[in-house]
Amino acid sequence: MAIDTSVRIRRPRRLWVKLVVAGLLVVEVYPLVWMFLTSLKSNDDYLNNSTWSLPTTWEWGNYTDAWTTGHIGLYVQNSLLAVLPALALILLLGTAAGFALQVMVWRGRSLTLLVFLTGMMVPAQMILLPLFTVYFQAGLSGTLWPLILTYTGTGLPLTVFMMATYYKTVPRELFEAATIDGAGILRAFWTISLPMVRNSILTVGLVQFFFIWNDLLIALTFTNSQDLRTIQVGLLNFTGDFGATQYGPLFAAICINVFGTLVIYLFLNQKVMKGLTSGAVKG
Amino acid sequence: MHRVLGDRKAVLILLGPALLVYSLIMLVPMVWSFGYSFTEGNTVEGFTGNGLDNFQRLFSDPAVRDALWFTAKYAVVVTVGQVVAGYLLALLYVFFLKRASALVRTLVFFPVVLPTVAVGLLFQKFFQVAPQTGPVNSLLNAVGLDSVDWFGSAGHAFWVLIVMDIWRSMGFYAVLLFAGLVDIPEEVLESARLDGASGLRLVRHIVLPMSFPVLMSSVIFSINGTLKVFDSIVALTNGGPGSGTTPLTLYMFQTSFTYGDYGYGSTIALLLTVVCLLVTLVVFRVSRRDPTEG
Repeated sequence: MAIDTSVRIRRPRRLWVKLVVAGLLVVEVYPLVWMFLTSLKSNDDYLNNSTWSLPTTWEWGNYTDAWTTGHIGLYVQNSLLAVLPALALILLLGTAAGFALQVMVWRGRSLTLLVFLTGMMVPAQMILLPLFTVYFQAGLSGTLWPLILTYTGTGLPLTVFMMATYYKTVPRELFEAATIDGAGILRAFWTISLPMVRNSILTVGLVQFFFIWNDLLIALTFTNSQDLRTIQVGLLNFTGDFGATQYGPLFAAICINVFGTLVIYLFLNQKVMKGLTSGAVKG
Repeated sequence: MHRVLGDRKAVLILLGPALLVYSLIMLVPMVWSFGYSFTEGNTVEGFTGNGLDNFQRLFSDPAVRDALWFTAKYAVVVTVGQVVAGYLLALLYVFFLKRASALVRTLVFFPVVLPTVAVGLLFQKFFQVAPQTGPVNSLLNAVGLDSVDWFGSAGHAFWVLIVMDIWRSMGFYAVLLFAGLVDIPEEVLESARLDGASGLRLVRHIVLPMSFPVLMSSVIFSINGTLKVFDSIVALTNGGPGSGTTPLTLYMFQTSFTYGDYGYGSTIALLLTVVCLLVTLVVFRVSRRDPTEG
């Protein structure tokens, strides 16, 4: 006890610890603050005044410019239309598969799990070209379907694996008991197991959301027209209908892209941290 | 008792859809892409077989050699950087900040969830020299140094890339490794302290060996991700100047979609896959961890 308190009182007083932490926070936070302040500058202000200065006039209009003239509104809409269906499919199929692989007893389930695992090792470059051919020949090229399907397929391995791991903590006897009164195993999956892993589904959903929302490679491959661009592809090619680069709206567009993730992180940071790191340890 | 849990029809209903989608989107295309390696052409113009030509080209292509070298250099430097920075942060959290570390942990983790494209553009402007002198060059000017054209040479651009990717991900590795350090029993540390071990000696002889497993899984995860780097490079330098910062992933993408050569693109993708699998396998062997262990 004595050792413990002395350590706790002595340690935080160390100046260098405080300096390190302060430095760390500046390095992490300042670029984001700078980005936000710059998003409120006019083009002249940005080009002619010091990079450190505050905006001379606060140009909130940059945000509406980015949203409308810069088409960010359209890109956000495309992203949502691609991400949300894919996310729903991933969670539904992945949870069911995780249940079948972990709770149910049948021959070949560890092999099947291994087959899913290989999907996490292989780079996406290995599947893009055949998929491109298939989508092209199926006439899906002008739609968001290639994105939805590809995201679902690439998101499944990690989801299946994480859900199988979560189901390990649920005792099998529970489902056996439930099915004794004649309730089928499918019913037990839906009404008993789902509420028990609700939290885990949310965690996996967050992880997958960030992966898909932030994806560039797949979106870049399958969005061949400007109307289909997701937020990431749109931001990468951000010129909109401006002609020359307008810096204020460009930074506003970056900020809009960042704020979405910021809001989610603000409320669910502990879950996000847990989810992303547990996905890594398993992989 | 296991009869209900062994219901084959139920297994098929629950697992079938996921397995089907996974097979159609990932497994079949993998094999198919392998087949493309022996052809030339693309989706629009059609494919014609060309035997082993792509492989001959692969082994004599200087661009492949450069891209492979860049990928290796990038993967090693970033992996070491990420894991070391993360480990130092984790040590800071555990031994100096203790319970007060939650807020710092959460803040430093935040860039992990930021879209890579946004971070890439942000760093591009943060390090730029024209049309506006960005904060980094302004800082250099303030201490009397000349501005550096960070994206004018591959050497400089490489380091911006490294700094960016470490900035982006160190909070992630810090939390990952933090979990490993917290698991070290307090009694072990206490008894080592009583034996006179402190500071660096404590870290080297007690903390490091005891956190070795989680350190190795960090390395595996990191190398697996850095070998596949694409987004951050496309957003920051787009492979330039010239092809000075082009990794295999980007070279594959350009070959396929800029030059419409799907056959050769598939061959590069195959090389990338083989490299990923081999490296992971080697690191796995070195770490001597049981692969089935969670």
